[in-house]
Amino acid sequence: MAASLQVDARGRSCPEPVVMAKKAVDQGHNDFTVLVDSEGARENVSRFLRSQGLKVQVEMRDGEYVLRVNG
Amino acid sequence: MERWKILLAGSLVGFFGVLLVKFGNPVNMGVCVACFVRDIAGALGMHRAEMVQYIRPEIAGFILGSFVIALFFKEFRPRGGSAPLIRFVLGFFLMTGALVFLGCPLRMILRLANGDLNALVGLFGFTAGIIAGIQFIKQGFSLGRSYSQTRVSGYLMPAFAIVLLMLLMAKPAFIFFSQKGPGSLHAPVALSLVAGLAIGAVLQRTRLCTAGGIRDAVLLKDFYLLWGLLAVFLVALLGNLLFNFGQFKLGFVGQPVAHSQHLWNFLGMFLAGTAAVMLGGCPLRQTILAGEGDIDAGVTVLGMLVGAAFSHNFGMAASAQGVSANAQIGVLIGIVVVFLIGLGVIAHNLGMHRKERIGIGS
Repeated sequence: MAASLQVDARGRSCPEPVVMAKKAVDQGHNDFTVLVDSEGARENVSRFLRSQGLKVQVEMRDGEYVLRVNG
Repeated sequence: MERWKILLAGSLVGFFGVLLVKFGNPVNMGVCVACFVRDIAGALGMHRAEMVQYIRPEIAGFILGSFVIALFFKEFRPRGGSAPLIRFVLGFFLMTGALVFLGCPLRMILRLANGDLNALVGLFGFTAGIIAGIQFIKQGFSLGRSYSQTRVSGYLMPAFAIVLLMLLMAKPAFIFFSQKGPGSLHAPVALSLVAGLAIGAVLQRTRLCTAGGIRDAVLLKDFYLLWGLLAVFLVALLGNLLFNFGQFKLGFVGQPVAHSQHLWNFLGMFLAGTAAVMLGGCPLRQTILAGEGDIDAGVTVLGMLVGAAFSHNFGMAASAQGVSANAQIGVLIGIVVVFLIGLGVIAHNLGMHRKERIGIGS
């Protein structure tokens, strides 16, 4: 768990957060977290990951979103 | 699930696009961010093209509508610092391209919905530009992350919007208002402002973006935003047929505020599409982001304003008469500059990536 991948997509313009999450999926990861800091990025990344058949849990922390992803 | 929201948002934009024409805006220019920013640049005296000078309240409405709704939903978040000068330049040349096509991507959809087939050529160019932009992103193009900024910096663009509205009301002698041409045609101020506020608020909630619609469909097979664009088109088409039927005309020739130089319609929108993908959103989306505290988007809007002024000052804007030599050179320079920026950023990012992999730097 400690070594699990964390994708830091905070502050990135569209579509980078989704592209970064896609890269993790393409590399075969199915258990990782994505950090984003805008509602738009949260929606886009969640929508993409769910379309890939992954489960996404969203937590809000200090105005940022932690998306926990697992297959 | 969420699709009805984006369909409603697109429908609203299409509806106001038709309604504002019905009440006085130039034909096929119910809502056009490029045209309106150009008109504002003219009204402020940044260019002296007498036909296109008016403070369009719609633009102020987009910014303020987004600002207020973002405050309400606690999404107003001042942030910035992601390559501001590059964004300014991309905004500048996005405008060069849009003003050669004669309209932003939104007006392209509205033109298409009124039978203007030149806009179809523009759409091909825009799509090709978006695909080019996607290639840059796939190769590692990124303008880097933004960081939280002071609250006051997020208020600057909404304040600018309010100043514009005050100037529109007060009409001081140093503000220019067209006596003829597109700049003289406008819906009543209150209607334009309400339309702008409504669109600004709804688009802040739904993130509708003309570049994003095609980009996400191509890059991610995600059709969410594209549904919104389809709604803009269908509602505007239906609205034009019902309410503006006398002005509906299918074809290439004699379309309002348009020309039929296909190559330049294509290349103008190609430039706009590439720049929009690099910026992370179309001109409309940039104004919405500028309202919700994205200072980089604010810088982009200012780049568009200055770009519009230069387009007219340097004779680079097309007109219904066609595309001048200056306009052709402007588009080609724009494409070269945007591609050089893209390659420069990729080269830098690849270098950083390599350093990280072998453990140099952070």
